[in-house]
Amino acid sequence: MAKESLSPNECRDMLLAVADKIIESEPILTDADRALGDGDHGIGMERGMKAVKEKLEGQDFDSIDKPFTTMGMAMMSSMGGASGAVFGTLFRAGGKALAEAESLGAAQVAAFFTAAAEGVQKRGGAKPGDKTMVDALVPAAEKAEEMKSESLATAIAAVAEAAEAGKVASEDLIATMGRAKTLGERSLGKPDAGAVSVSIIVATMSDYVAS
Amino acid sequence: MSHKKLINDPLKVADELVEGLVEAYNGDCVHVGQRSLALKNIPDNKVALLVGGGSGHEPIYHGLVGKNLADGAACGDIFAAPPPDIVLEATQAVNKGNGVLYLYGNYAGDVMNFDIGAELAEEEDIDVRTVLIWDDVCSAPPTQKENRRGIAGLVPIVKLVGAASQSAQSLDELETFAKKAVLNTRSVGVSMSPGSIPATGKPTFDIDPDKIGLGMGIHGEPGVAEIPMKSADELTPMMLDLIFEDYEKDEEIDALAEGDEVLLFVNSLGSTTMMELLIALRKAREILNEKGIKTYDVIVGPLVTCQEMSGISFSLTKLDDELKKAWDLPCQSVCFSKMEGRYGG
Repeated sequence: MAKESLSPNECRDMLLAVADKIIESEPILTDADRALGDGDHGIGMERGMKAVKEKLEGQDFDSIDKPFTTMGMAMMSSMGGASGAVFGTLFRAGGKALAEAESLGAAQVAAFFTAAAEGVQKRGGAKPGDKTMVDALVPAAEKAEEMKSESLATAIAAVAEAAEAGKVASEDLIATMGRAKTLGERSLGKPDAGAVSVSIIVATMSDYVAS
Repeated sequence: MSHKKLINDPLKVADELVEGLVEAYNGDCVHVGQRSLALKNIPDNKVALLVGGGSGHEPIYHGLVGKNLADGAACGDIFAAPPPDIVLEATQAVNKGNGVLYLYGNYAGDVMNFDIGAELAEEEDIDVRTVLIWDDVCSAPPTQKENRRGIAGLVPIVKLVGAASQSAQSLDELETFAKKAVLNTRSVGVSMSPGSIPATGKPTFDIDPDKIGLGMGIHGEPGVAEIPMKSADELTPMMLDLIFEDYEKDEEIDALAEGDEVLLFVNSLGSTTMMELLIALRKAREILNEKGIKTYDVIVGPLVTCQEMSGISFSLTKLDDELKKAWDLPCQSVCFSKMEGRYGG
């Protein structure tokens, strides 16, 4: 039975599921980044998610923004580098947009992804089309806005599909940001590793809501 | 065969090297927070200077903390920017109530993490400004300086700004000075073979054994071209010409002309020897002399490195009276020390 909305502690559990899934996906992320970057994205995300688990596990939350912002700070502190800043900003900026909310429904999913996409673009300077995580995150945010009057499960499933489609579309882009920009046209045919991470994060959120 | 490295746990390399660096300072510097260091006695109300970046490029940046140099450094893991909380801890340690200037190389990861660190510091009412170092002329044209990388030019820049920070009355004043030091400093590097990443033993980049990377960055970022290996006397003019051309093309600064005075820095990326640096230095001086450009002072040595990478860079800083005065001040640190004045002064 899909969940109608999530309490603060259910948000925590959803994010713990995301952390486990990313840790499990480390070889996939490492391979994706080795093709285009310096191959450290998988290890960095794994380190970040282990820190997230330490911060979230066993902690009770009384508002829904805190599990997200706590996750963002844990990633920033433990990962360093550009990916720590960018993925930390995703959860920190998205979480801040939930400060007034008591539970997570489709409207809050929209608020989260819209603020996350804005925050990440402002922080990193990447635009859609630069072959970065933004190419999965921006379509996800746009879909979330479109679906904000739907049920939580319907909305988050559509957001996950949009992120996945964005990741696949990034294969046809030429990198202009980050380490992969040095590859130019050689970056064609493979997805951006950060976009792969975004698609895994949103798919895991959707699976949690559906379960 | 991978390069032999004298280390312990490969994942603790950055932490342990900073611990060792603090020991080298023998009490003049203290270890701060997770992985920063700061001068022990920073005067009240001093406009503070904070530098930093990824580790693995020793003796910079953290080796530039010292007397009349930087007040502190935020240190990242090997080749990775320091996370925002490390930047914040370093900022808190050097802040003496009159603002903190961040001065570091223009790399995306560093900019994002220092910017978040600055936002966290501002939430604690610490006034922060940032001046980015972008001296690598091969990394983007002069109209796109925001895309340029920071390389060896950071040594004269931090030396000059550190000197100016001793008497700066305000953060505004130091920021203005730092921008001038950056604008006046230009570098070109060449890489001959890669260093290796301590945790994996893997090379930082691949290059044909018979080729060298003209303008290649210190992590193997692409430059102008891969060219066949050359002699010191062939390569030195090619590299200096790229610097001269950049001063000519850049509308924000005058071309280098007869009678101008410069600092000359000849840097090794790691395993290129002092013997090779001196041979290149000899040619560089000959070229500067022919153009009537006066070499006010010289820095030579392996100061901005990438492990056992081999390669060389030249940096020129065009001087005016204000910059010369800052240069003349003595300074002392693990990375770079000098007496009052200059060689030949």
